[in-house]
Amino acid sequence: MARVHFSAGLRELTGGQAEVDVEGSTVRRIVAELDEMFPGIGERLSEASSVAIDGEIFTDAELEPVEENAEVHFLDIFQGG
Amino acid sequence: MAITEENPGYKWVGTRPIRPDGLEKVTGKARFGADLALPGMLHGKVVRSPHAHAQIVSIDTSAAEAMPGVKAVITGADFPDLAANGAHAGDIDVATNTIARDKVLYEGHVVAAVAAITREQAEAAAKAVEITYEVLPHVLTVDEAMADGAPLLHDGMITKGVDPAPEDPSNIASKILHERGDLDQGFGEADSVVEREFTTKPVHQGYIEPHAAVADANSDGRANLWCSSQGHFQMRAYTATVLGVSPGNIKVTAAEIGGGFGGKTVIYLEPLAVRLSQRAGRPVKLVMDRDEVFRATGPTSGTRIKVKMGATKDGKMTAAEVWMAYEAGAYAGSPVGAAGMTAIACYDIPNFVVEGYDVVCNKPRVAAYRAPGAPMAAFAVESVVDELARNLEIDPIDIRLANAAVEGTQASYGPKFPRIGFVETLEAIKDHPNYSEELGPNQGRGVSAGFWFNAGMMSSATVHINENGTATVVTGSPDIGGSRQSMALMAAEELGIPYESIKPVVADTETVGFNDVTGGSRVTLATGAAVVDACRLVVEDLRSRAAKTWDVELDQVEWVEGQAQHIDGAQPPLSLGDLAKKSGRTGGPISANASLNSRGVGAGFSTQLCDVEVDPETGVTRVIRYLTAQDAGRAISPDYVEGQMQGGVVQGIGWALNEEYIHDSDGVMENPSFLDYRIPVASDLPMIDCSIVEVPNPAHPYGVRGVGEVGIVPPMAAVGNAINDAVDVRMTELPMSPIKVLEAITDQSD
Repeated sequence: MARVHFSAGLRELTGGQAEVDVEGSTVRRIVAELDEMFPGIGERLSEASSVAIDGEIFTDAELEPVEENAEVHFLDIFQGG
Repeated sequence: MAITEENPGYKWVGTRPIRPDGLEKVTGKARFGADLALPGMLHGKVVRSPHAHAQIVSIDTSAAEAMPGVKAVITGADFPDLAANGAHAGDIDVATNTIARDKVLYEGHVVAAVAAITREQAEAAAKAVEITYEVLPHVLTVDEAMADGAPLLHDGMITKGVDPAPEDPSNIASKILHERGDLDQGFGEADSVVEREFTTKPVHQGYIEPHAAVADANSDGRANLWCSSQGHFQMRAYTATVLGVSPGNIKVTAAEIGGGFGGKTVIYLEPLAVRLSQRAGRPVKLVMDRDEVFRATGPTSGTRIKVKMGATKDGKMTAAEVWMAYEAGAYAGSPVGAAGMTAIACYDIPNFVVEGYDVVCNKPRVAAYRAPGAPMAAFAVESVVDELARNLEIDPIDIRLANAAVEGTQASYGPKFPRIGFVETLEAIKDHPNYSEELGPNQGRGVSAGFWFNAGMMSSATVHINENGTATVVTGSPDIGGSRQSMALMAAEELGIPYESIKPVVADTETVGFNDVTGGSRVTLATGAAVVDACRLVVEDLRSRAAKTWDVELDQVEWVEGQAQHIDGAQPPLSLGDLAKKSGRTGGPISANASLNSRGVGAGFSTQLCDVEVDPETGVTRVIRYLTAQDAGRAISPDYVEGQMQGGVVQGIGWALNEEYIHDSDGVMENPSFLDYRIPVASDLPMIDCSIVEVPNPAHPYGVRGVGEVGIVPPMAAVGNAINDAVDVRMTELPMSPIKVLEAITDQSD
């Protein structure tokens, strides 16, 4: 299981929960699981977030593999200059 | 240069050869956006709103169309209505920022454009376009825009990130929030608490080359576009979206670029030039004046930021509370998200709340500017850190070392940091002779630090081996900060041939695979990784061809310093030139492509040391000494790395001391020229001393992190902290112009 952490801004969709353990071997599967747990969060995560998996930040991360016991953070998208 | 890792003994990486674009640039042969001229080409002129906020009641183009030489006049009605087509909100904003439809949202917003045989004819026709406006009340700052009852820019803007969602629209596009621990407990544990409020003004990226585009549309719906940008694939995508056509119908060629700094990652002229060319049936060139660049492009956000931080007497930070509001300009999308993630990212603070608001107002839509969002937040936070150090009588480097993020620290924005080099930059400053240089009367010293994520994203590269064993390295990343040299150096290292034998080329959108923008400090990392991958494919191919030539197994062949060698020395070596000359016998031309979505981005940190002298009679601040230490991961091209470090600092000094957008009460910009908007020039500044720190990024083949952005994060606080050290006044408003410094000195002595 991966441990997913939510920023304070996302916690409004998780009933205040800051982290949760989720089964899923890819980011897409994890998002699907989360959407089951917290209806509506899937759309927000898919549209507006980049993802950090064990500290490494990915964009377009839907198919990115997630290892057992990985630490996953969904981040706001930011633009570089 | 501070080397923190053992030098791996590269032959080319880390050297300082002559830059590949140098000759063309110093002889004037390099072609920038405005340099292209095509047979039959027309000249365009854009018509812009004189009002900060107004309804467009009517547009009459008939007089303009009848004028001599005029071949086309376009308005918003000549573009598809993306909103009606159900397009993404972000695309609709791009389209209506390119040319207004029913409403103008800032002074300088495009309303129409004309094309004529001469520029003078186009300018005359632009003045003849008759537009009737109904002027609306406007808001120029976050304070005005967030006030109760403020005039609204967008009737349907409901603040995102708030639960429950507000029922009424406002000018607040979104809210961001990061928090950890218990704020009350954290401040309760502190021996010193500092609370300050800061404001910063919008500043422009200040690139020397104004925006320019030439379009040549064909009757079959295809078009060629030449423009100065940070990413011609991005220009293609945006232009296609605004025009409602397939990206494949537009070929974009990257001109040389005279500066971008984030401001040329977005479109302004390109769809207008294509549409004018389609209407006129001839090529059209559009070039902005400096005045237009200021009024309608860039800038970065003006802000209001409140910071409260606490620390124990031994300097351990216990709590931080940050509130920030960032101007987005006319459309949602300020960099407040990144500001919230970077504000306190340098430090390991157990209790914090960072809250931010993205606020629209009647100014040009903000564009990215080096480490977008981070510099303003760092000005506020690093000023407060300096004040904490003073209150607690702790050395400013030591208080930062006591709280510095290291590998494994849970970053304030969420994940744990992988290997990073912040501590090494702090130590590089402390160990430098500048840190103990004696100061004279009215002189002061300031320290500041900054963080930026850096980026990866998508890149492609092709490597061709020419018949004499030289190589052409083709990418699609416009060269803004020396990427051609970095690509050539890495390719030389991989192929084992001299740097001078490699020609790096930036190709058009039909000649090389997709590349994301040159931005986010990503090109040396990501496009560099694609070049390395392509070179390694070429080397594998070369080994295979040598094995065929010698009739041996592949594992009998190794590639050493540009030669195929038999592992037992049973065959005389085959150089790259030998193999290239006979490539027809071994399978044909030697070439390889690589494309990737880059992984393993390495974060960047910078610590800076500024010495100033303040004239207490006039308030004039002069920077007398400046040192910047930055973790490059690995400096592929140290000359260019130092150039990036120095450039970021210089822009930051301008932001600190001089630069600001000034508007009158009607929302009209009063200083749209480099005469009245003064950026620093060489004679204003001392040599910016550089200390390149190298803590290699383990995820990149050469350890690259990216260097283009973090250098602009610390300077404003470094200057402000130095002013405080010199004359004992805490400056909380940018720019710290002479009149403000003098006022602060006078207030203090009253």
